[in-house]
Amino acid sequence: MIEVSLGHYLILGAIVFVIGVIGIFLNRKNVIVLLMSVELMLIAVNINLVAFSVYLQDIVGQIFTMFILTVAASEAAIGLAILVVFFRNKGSIHVDDINTLKG
Amino acid sequence: MLAHSIVFYLFSFIVVASSLAVISSRNTVHAVFFLILDFVSVSCLFIMIGAEFLGMLTLIVYVGAVAVLFLFVVMMLNVNFKSLKGGFLKYLPFGSLIAIVLLIELVMMIGAWKYKDNFVQTSKILINKNLSNTEAIGNVIYTDYIQYFQLSGMILLVAMIGAILLTFRRKDNLKRQDITKQVSRERNEGVSLEDVPSFKGVNLND
Repeated sequence: MIEVSLGHYLILGAIVFVIGVIGIFLNRKNVIVLLMSVELMLIAVNINLVAFSVYLQDIVGQIFTMFILTVAASEAAIGLAILVVFFRNKGSIHVDDINTLKG
Repeated sequence: MLAHSIVFYLFSFIVVASSLAVISSRNTVHAVFFLILDFVSVSCLFIMIGAEFLGMLTLIVYVGAVAVLFLFVVMMLNVNFKSLKGGFLKYLPFGSLIAIVLLIELVMMIGAWKYKDNFVQTSKILINKNLSNTEAIGNVIYTDYIQYFQLSGMILLVAMIGAILLTFRRKDNLKRQDITKQVSRERNEGVSLEDVPSFKGVNLND
């Protein structure tokens, strides 16, 4: 219990991932918090990959963490740009207002 | 080893607590600050476990770029964030049900994974103990993973162009350069030959 092992890091990653999922479910009004929850889920995946990489003594996990970092940065940039454009057009960032594609 | 455990538990507690604060705080600016705290603690965990390069990269990319971008957007959009709260209780039962099931599944998977007989080694790139972490990553990423590395650069380029294109707004009252118009200008649009009489000069109207 006191010795930190791979399982501890995996449990930590699982908890952070689940907190991100709860954030997506609960904040159905604020798109910015939704995007932040997605970032939380991505960092949970990063924790898992780095923990496996260190405990299996295999560097490839850390390489893939770098790629996830790249994708997370681009996703945040594009998401926030879409948010700014949406705010310009509608004047709000309410999730319920995003229904133009609903038909 | 005891100190290692204490530091691990401290940082993981900060990570979990600040993640909870991110999704539940009423003020969105506070949520962004808690997100920064979360990223810093995760990068401390990475450095502690022996992935120093990744820890520093997390600090630079997440705290330096992503979180600051969030902060910019939160502060630049003039939104009444108070009206965006609510509906919290409406989705709480469904959301917590899904979350609990997901957590139980993940924990069960981690628990059962311990009883696997041995690790399946899919890759042969093992960590060389004589090299530093940064050196080891550099040795691999510029040789075996060069295509993926360049592809991630392309992803960043496309994201940059997309973000600029999305938020770009053409203003009418600004003087802009029109290359086609400049290049296709004829001689007689700019120069005119005048016959100047002596002692009278020319009178240019325009």
